[in-house]
Order: sequence, then C-alpha cells, then structure tokens
Amino acid sequence: MSGSLALSVQMPGMLTTVQDSGRWSHQGQGMPVAGAMDMQSFRLGNILVGNEENAAALEVTLLGPTLEVTEGEAVAAVTGAELGFKVNGAPVPNWTAVTVRAGDVLGFGSPSFGCRAYLCISGGVDVPLVMGSRSTYTRAKVGGYEGRALKKGDTLRCGEAAPLWRRCEGLVCPAELRPSRDPSAPLRVLPGPQEDCFTDKGLASFYGTEYAISNSADRMGYRMDGEPIEHSGPADIISDAIPLGAVQVPGHGQPIVMLADRQTTGGYTKIGVVCSVDTSALAQRLPGAVVSFTRVALEEAVELVRGEARARDGLRAMRAAWRSSGARPVQARPSGSAIIRVDGVEHAVCWEEIEEVK
Amino acid sequence: MPDKVYPRLLGAGDGCLVVEYGEAIDMDVNRRVAALAASVREMGFPGFLDAVPTYRSLAVYFDPVVADVKALQRRLGGMMVSTGAGAGSSVRRVVVVPVLYGGDDGTDLENVAAHTGLAADEVVRRHSANDCYCYMLGFTPGFAYLGGMDPSLETPRLKNPRELIPAGSVGIAGKQTGIYSIASPGGWQLIGRTPMMMFDQDRDPAIFLEAGMWVRFRPVDRAEFDAVESATAGRTYRPEILEEESA
Repeated sequence: MSGSLALSVQMPGMLTTVQDSGRWSHQGQGMPVAGAMDMQSFRLGNILVGNEENAAALEVTLLGPTLEVTEGEAVAAVTGAELGFKVNGAPVPNWTAVTVRAGDVLGFGSPSFGCRAYLCISGGVDVPLVMGSRSTYTRAKVGGYEGRALKKGDTLRCGEAAPLWRRCEGLVCPAELRPSRDPSAPLRVLPGPQEDCFTDKGLASFYGTEYAISNSADRMGYRMDGEPIEHSGPADIISDAIPLGAVQVPGHGQPIVMLADRQTTGGYTKIGVVCSVDTSALAQRLPGAVVSFTRVALEEAVELVRGEARARDGLRAMRAAWRSSGARPVQARPSGSAIIRVDGVEHAVCWEEIEEVK
Repeated sequence: MPDKVYPRLLGAGDGCLVVEYGEAIDMDVNRRVAALAASVREMGFPGFLDAVPTYRSLAVYFDPVVADVKALQRRLGGMMVSTGAGAGSSVRRVVVVPVLYGGDDGTDLENVAAHTGLAADEVVRRHSANDCYCYMLGFTPGFAYLGGMDPSLETPRLKNPRELIPAGSVGIAGKQTGIYSIASPGGWQLIGRTPMMMFDQDRDPAIFLEAGMWVRFRPVDRAEFDAVESATAGRTYRPEILEEESA
C-alpha cells in the first residue's frame, strides 16, 4: 500500500478551511458547532472517495486554492459549488472520484455556480481532533489547521484511507442523488421560538416579500436586506440558544440567517428557523442574490432531511456495487465469512444472514 | 395576546426543541433548566446531539433522521413538568478564579472607583467578596454569564470599545461582571486579569466551567499570578473547584 497523501499549499484561495460535520456537544459551554456549510455536498463527497461520511475535508470558497501533491496517492472528489476544479490544468468534473498522486497539482479556475465546494480525499484531512471535531472555527482559532484558513506554504496530511479506496476511482454521484441547488427556490422555514414577538404585518413582510443577501454574509450568518419586519414588542429577548438556520430579527427589522459558525446563544428574537437542508442551499448563494422564505410544517422539514439521508444511502449502495465489480471468491470460510480477491488483494467479507435464491 | 404558560415546549427547526421555564433572569428558573439539562443528558436517546442550557430555557439538539421528533416532543413535554428545581443538588460547586486586580491588565479599576465613589481597594474587596452564579455560557467558548455581583459596583461600559482585550481579563459592564475567555474586542471596564485560562483547546477539559457552578474571585499578587500563569502555560495548572453545602 502506498503512503497516505501529503499536500503543499501553493496558493491558499480566498478562504479554504478544514471542516467536518461540526463540533457537537459543547455548545452548553459556548463552543460553536462550525462544520461544513453545505453538509449534504460534503457528505456525498466523502462517500465518493470511500470515507466515512463525516471525515474532514477542505471547504473551498469561491476562489479555490492550488495544492501540490507532494507524497502518496489517493482518490479525491470535488462536490458542491462549481469552482473550476482541475488536476494538472485539465478540468475534472465535480461529483467524480479521481486518483491523484505525488507530483499532481490540484487547482481551481473561475467559479461558475455556487459558493462553497468540498475537496474530499480518501483518508480524510488529518488535523488534530479538538473537542471531538476537526472543524475550523476561525473566530476562536480552534480546530482545523492551526485554527485558521490555509496559507501559502502549509503542508496538509491525509489519514490512512479505508480499504478498497483505490476502487472508488471513476465513481460518479448521479444527478438525481445530488442536492437540488436551484438558486431561485424559496427557503423553507419552520416557525421560530419567538414567532409571537412579531405582528401579522411583520410576518407578512417576512413570508411575502423578497430579501437580498447583503455583503455581511459569511460562515457565521447571512444578513438580508428588504422590507423591515415589524415586532409586536421589544426586539431583544433574554439570551437563549441559536439553532442552525435561526432567522434572527434585531431592532432594525432586517433578518439574519444564522449558519455554521453562529454563536451558541444570542439575544435577538427568532421569527423562524430555515430547514437544515435549505441552510446548505443558502450557503451556495452569493451577496446580491434575492431569496424568499416560505413556511412549511415540521413533517415536511423532517422528510427533507430524511430524503438527503436516503440519497447518501443510495450513493453508498452504488459505491458498494462499483467497488465489488470484478471481485473473485477465493475461499469460503465457516461462520459467515469468505475471502474474495479484488485487484490481487484478498479481503474478508462477513455477513449476518443468508437468503435462499428463488 | 394571552399570557404565556410555563413551562412551554417550542419548536426551533428540524433538529431542535426548546423548553422555556419563564421570562426572567431568575435563579429558581435557571435551576429548573439545569435540572432538566441533567435529566436529558442522563436519559440520552438515539440521535441526541446536544443540550444547551441558557438563563431560562433548554435547547435540545438531535438528528431528525435518527430521532423520532413526535415521540421526543411528548417525552420532553412530560419531563419538563416533572423536573423540579434542582432536586437533590444541595452541594454547590465553586470555581476559584485568581485575579490580579488593577495594574496594566486592570486599567479601568480607577474608572470603576471614580464612578462608584469607592476606593480602588474597596472595589476589589467587594468584587471578590460575593460568589457569582454562572447562569449560562455563550458569546465565546468558555464565556460565563455571571449573576450576583455586588450592586454597588455597577458601572456602564466604556464609550469606546477596545479593539483587543487579552484573554482572562475581568471586567464590569453595567450590573454584570465577567471574564473574557478568548482575546476579543469589547467594551467592558477592565478591573484585573486572571492567569487561569477559561478556555484552552489543548487542555482536557478545554472549558471547566459549566452552567450552574459558582465563581469566586480571589485577589492574588504578582508573584502568585506569575506562578499560576506558568503552570497554565505548562498545562499543569488544576483549577481549585470547591464543593460546598449550600446555605
């Protein structure tokens, strides 16, 4: 087996950070979750390269980095935004696992769709676990690569890839399993814990008019500009928890959608909470884009999350079929296992139950 | 609008439910929040992600793919009523925070003295005489929202916030006192600094303060400050956490 991948940062790009599924279970001590802004694209990327779905990857923002592979060999895939991914100058489509090896240069060109892409690599990006996560939270300099975005000259290492990683090469996530990123789709919203702090007119503004994403839009949250949302009383509350997607409305009446790097707690009224799948959709939109909000029921919101989980299961099933093609049984063993040979390497396969073939 | 009835269960998105116990910063309300947080963490459930206590509410985070939201609503709805105010918690845990008052790291001690009409020594004495209750953490990792500062020390924030305040700075803002857990901008009146890091990602635990604990400020001299600072840097410092019977 060849060694795991090492990458040298030739150009860091606009904002390239290490992210995983976030730093959970410490919000009660004020530690924000952080993590990938477009969670579904991030997870599908990991499945494509043979990783566990929450392995650390690089979140690439708009203008991507240039990375030279200095050691090892791995499969890599870019998902999410179309930021002109290329290997040695040749364009490589998103959602496709490709092999990269020492000497290759991974680069990006001009963005053509979206804002955030995920560069997933078999073995995952190997940075220290901090409070259970590898995600970068730059405001407190926590996690990731020294708590910050990548800089020129940094050296990144990847972990040891899972068995059969090599067989992921060429695997493509089909369009029907990718998240829908229609830039004009309304953001679906559940009523927020302080919906009763707004007038009917305020609610009509929020759900009935369009808002433009302002220039204050980053990993912490997106501030919108549009018709001010009217409160029925004070705009401030006793500080409480801020969930992902919370739509805070301070006294100025302009909504702010709170995203991955949100503070754990805050003191503004929350009119609604954007469905988690649509926080990912929002993360792919840029300042100036127009968004609208539409109210949905909890059942619908949960079904959307489940739909994304089914898409990931679907891609894992495809990966299993893709990687097993050409496998040859070598030796049956008692107690529910057998040895098969794939590309000249023997693997043990275990099962719990067998069924009769009709 | 009809009066709100507490406790109440609120939705907060597809992966979060909130139990509210009231609409005030109140120790009895906060103790019920803490008790429910402990019960939820102890119970656990498939898909459980986090329980976040704040002044008067508890947020419970979960993965809706794994957790059954409807069943969870029913369960929390029952627990929020049956959970009393910190039943059985007669022991209070007190974290002792050594503070070097005044000097370069407490340049606003004179402001507070001037505003309150007290001598600087008296400000220090009163600030360290009362234990403060940690209602919640938030704002930055390890930042505690404390209650119980001697009301005679109340001083408004600075008119011009500072761009960078060192971690460990102890300040006063209105009725509140607090400790900056990481270097950040801010407008609090700085009266001193603790060498004990409230947040250190390379330490286990990175944050030792939890909602429901108490903070006792203890004035120290330069020599002790330096000793604690070097122990903190060498990661050998262990905070003094006392367990006392509550009065």
